[in-house]
Amino acid sequence: MLDQVVFYFFAALAIVSAILVVTRRNAVQSAIFLVTALLATAGIFLNLNAEFLFIVQVILYAGGIMVLFIFVIMLVNLDVALHQVQFNRQWFVALIISAVLAAQVAAAIAVSRRTLYTMPAAPAESLQPNTERVAFYLFHTYVLPFEIASILLLVAMVGAVVMAKKRV
Amino acid sequence: MVPIGHYIFLSVALLAIGIVGVVTRRNVIIILMSIELILNAVNINLVAFSRLVGSVEGQIFAIFIITDAAAEAAVGLGIIIAFFRNRETVLADEMDILKW
Repeated sequence: MLDQVVFYFFAALAIVSAILVVTRRNAVQSAIFLVTALLATAGIFLNLNAEFLFIVQVILYAGGIMVLFIFVIMLVNLDVALHQVQFNRQWFVALIISAVLAAQVAAAIAVSRRTLYTMPAAPAESLQPNTERVAFYLFHTYVLPFEIASILLLVAMVGAVVMAKKRV
Repeated sequence: MVPIGHYIFLSVALLAIGIVGVVTRRNVIIILMSIELILNAVNINLVAFSRLVGSVEGQIFAIFIITDAAAEAAVGLGIIIAFFRNRETVLADEMDILKW
């Protein structure tokens, strides 16, 4: 029961703050609501017994990536941009894309409803101890993707430094 | 556990909001934020199915997606700084120096 109350609370929080991210005129306000949306997602992860991912989400997204965003917003002169038009005239295209997407997923759920809703959830103990299991899979089965991810991060770091440097 | 369809619905809602943001906003920084929303929607789906099946491998994929999001944000914001230094704008429809 508490499980469901927590889920619906965080889901509503995530959707409302995501809408505010997209509709606020001021980029700083958008960033603040993006933090709220990411933290609500972290709460959903915790509700799903994914403790390691919860703490990664809080530290890396709400801590790291958001600092990067705020930094760039402060570097880029916003006073000029604030007086310009913030939306282009593609609302119709966006609505069509969203409607097609929603219809597609609704059809997929409707088709597979019988198996999807009758499938019993695995016991919560099958994901415990969470960090230990994640570490086992990460360093055992998925060790090659893990190394590739480290190279990706290195490339991204070098790329970001080269891009932001004053003179190449 | 909450029925899996509700997680899928939440995920699709966040994805649709992110797509609307990418398509309709003119500020490139907010377009990048919308992309972060989209990646988060994918993560919710992966973790929900990982909980349903009782295997932790979905969470591993979510970790890789978070890595990808961090790399994308770093490079994207670096490009925005470099572009702003040259053209003094952050609006997507004024970024047309590659247009012939």
